Amino acid sequence: MSQSDKTFPTHPHAEPVTENAWSKLNAFTDARVGLGRSGISVPTRHLLAFQLAHAQAIDAVHTQLDSDALSQALMEQDWAKDWTKHCAPLMLHSRATDRATYLQRPDYGRRLDEESANKLDEHRASTSQDYDLAIVVVDGLSSLAIEQNTLPFLQALSSHIKDWKLAPICFVKQGRVAIGDDICERLNAKCVLVLIGERPGLSSPDSLGLYLTWGGKVGFTDAYRNCISNVRPAGLVYQEAARKAFYLLNEARTLKLSGVKLKDRSDDDLIMDTSKESKNFLIS
Amino acid sequence: MSTIHSTFKLKKFQFTNTVGERTFGFVDLADLMAKATPARSGDRLAGVAAASAEERVIAQMTLADVPLSLFLEQALVPYEEDEITRLILDDHDKNAFSLISHLTVGGFRDWLLSDLATSEMLTQIRPGVTPEMAAAVSKIMRNQDLILVAKKCHVKTAFRNTIGLPGHLSTRLQPNHPTDDLTGIAASMLDGLLYANGDAVIGINPATDNVQQATRLIKMMDEVIQHYEIPTQSCVLTHVTNTIECIEQGAPVDLVFQSIGGTQATNDSFGFNLANLAEAQDAALSLNRGTVGNNVMYFETGQGSALSANANHGLDQQTCEARAYAVARKFNPLLVNTVVGFIGPEYLYDGKEITRAGLEDHFCGKLLGLPMGCDVCYTNHAEADQNDMDNLLTLLGVAGCTFVMGIPGSDDIMLNYQTTSFHDALYARKVLGLKPSPEFDLWLAKMEIFKNNEQFTLNHQLPDAFHKSLNRLIGGRP
Repeated sequence: MSQSDKTFPTHPHAEPVTENAWSKLNAFTDARVGLGRSGISVPTRHLLAFQLAHAQAIDAVHTQLDSDALSQALMEQDWAKDWTKHCAPLMLHSRATDRATYLQRPDYGRRLDEESANKLDEHRASTSQDYDLAIVVVDGLSSLAIEQNTLPFLQALSSHIKDWKLAPICFVKQGRVAIGDDICERLNAKCVLVLIGERPGLSSPDSLGLYLTWGGKVGFTDAYRNCISNVRPAGLVYQEAARKAFYLLNEARTLKLSGVKLKDRSDDDLIMDTSKESKNFLIS
Repeated sequence: MSTIHSTFKLKKFQFTNTVGERTFGFVDLADLMAKATPARSGDRLAGVAAASAEERVIAQMTLADVPLSLFLEQALVPYEEDEITRLILDDHDKNAFSLISHLTVGGFRDWLLSDLATSEMLTQIRPGVTPEMAAAVSKIMRNQDLILVAKKCHVKTAFRNTIGLPGHLSTRLQPNHPTDDLTGIAASMLDGLLYANGDAVIGINPATDNVQQATRLIKMMDEVIQHYEIPTQSCVLTHVTNTIECIEQGAPVDLVFQSIGGTQATNDSFGFNLANLAEAQDAALSLNRGTVGNNVMYFETGQGSALSANANHGLDQQTCEARAYAVARKFNPLLVNTVVGFIGPEYLYDGKEITRAGLEDHFCGKLLGLPMGCDVCYTNHAEADQNDMDNLLTLLGVAGCTFVMGIPGSDDIMLNYQTTSFHDALYARKVLGLKPSPEFDLWLAKMEIFKNNEQFTLNHQLPDAFHKSLNRLIGGRP
């Protein structure tokens, strides 16, 4: 490459953006490499693409979950008929009254408000049915994740859990993961599976998290939970997430526990890459 | 409210302050410190914050009258229970303290701002200043005070280059990848190097956190550093006990990483103690890989970690944070990084709180003699955006911050948060005239990455040395 002296554009009509010769590296990573530069700054096109991704992530956090619509859509699914025929989904709310409170008081997001607690207690008193599993759908930090992934994931799971006695499906607004324990305890379910919107990343505003707790009780810490993360079409796909979730559910039922003592060995049949290979294109 | 009436007994309050008709009481030094802290969500969550704006300022006024020597008599976390309290008090240098022992907290602020506190004098008093004294005085300082005094504190460290010289700003190149894919990591590394980033450290947060993976990444970075003869150092941000194992297995470890907190119980929750850090430091020193210096530790901190571990002993989060710096300075780190906006809005709610915390942490770290850098960052559930980061980056650049992060386009695709970009670092250099570490600066010129080192002008062409590598991957002459 010649180191010509013409590298400093001086004419006002010269191209102000310097493209990077290595911009094609973006084919090998989602990282924002090779953006080029206007002077030393990010070019307009890339600046605005970033702002759009941030805007979508913020909207995912702040847009309220339309749980009535989601509940309605669930009841219209053939595969969900058995789940909703005895009892329509229960609409619940945490003690965090609004999003600003929710974001600053995780303790409020972990507990049901009084009305919701009463609703569950009344349901429990109304039936002598045993429940193997409570499925709890919580907005968490991304209503988008819940709206996009809940039905396809539950459909994938439904074929696995036909012999499980299900509690009424619960939808919770302004909730954190641990609110599942409050619900599990009040419904006296053996086990709870929480579907929750994860903290949105810039390139993943729609990531769903799954948390399993055996015998959930108020006050349980993360040590009692098993987690499956990044469930979405561009991440862990529904069939695979359902397979892992069912593996953990079964193990939990067998061992009567969950959390650190329940190891996820659902991938043990896969060949793990154990090479210590460190070569890469930067060195020969 | 701790407002009390004259009919109440005053005995249960160690400090009282009467303003007009009202008397404010503060139970003890910890209570006074917490209530004097500028408002933030983490202290409200902990239930230790002032109940009103007025109470906060009364607490600040009361704290201003507390003699510095009281912090040596009244430990905020019991000496018997906490090895960090023992470290702070046992290592305290009375001779150094004698230069400021006559001062109150308020008097200390005046002294720090005055011409009496030269850079030399600030170096001299360091071992006499405890984290609690630094935290206390920071609580009654404005942002500009925190900047002005921090700028006077010079802290120089070295490994394969020299970091922290006045007029310099270094960057950690952070090429994280969600699956630790080596091509993806190498792509971000190349991008960063060609944007003149990476003199503080090339540091990876591994997605899979175990000894085997850490070894693979350490080896990969070492090969790149050697191949291009880059005067910098590498680090995989894995648990300290993992790094010790990596060293035992012969991995080419430059820096040992650990996240640290300001109470023993916090560090218990992180799974390490001071003895582990000493062992790791010895192991890294035994490799003797530094060429111009022997600072082998890299620590990360951040307000809120103690409360998050339920280990804050009723202290405010900024005082806990400052106590973590006692841990750091015991082990002569090359770099200390306060990851200020990562923890989320329940600890630092918005851009204003993040900015304030970043400046406090940088000031306290520098006053205590640490090579303090800052991960100027936010998550998508915090009330913050790129403009807040621009502001904090600029303020820290003015304050003489040791280093900031550099990642492609501000987007960490592994940790899912936003921090400063390669471009951002060049912005700070350009507007504030801040140079990279001198050895790295020479390398940038030699490799023809910078066309003009004085004006931070990048080469318009791809430097020759990187042609072959790029062709190897994408084929053909780009």
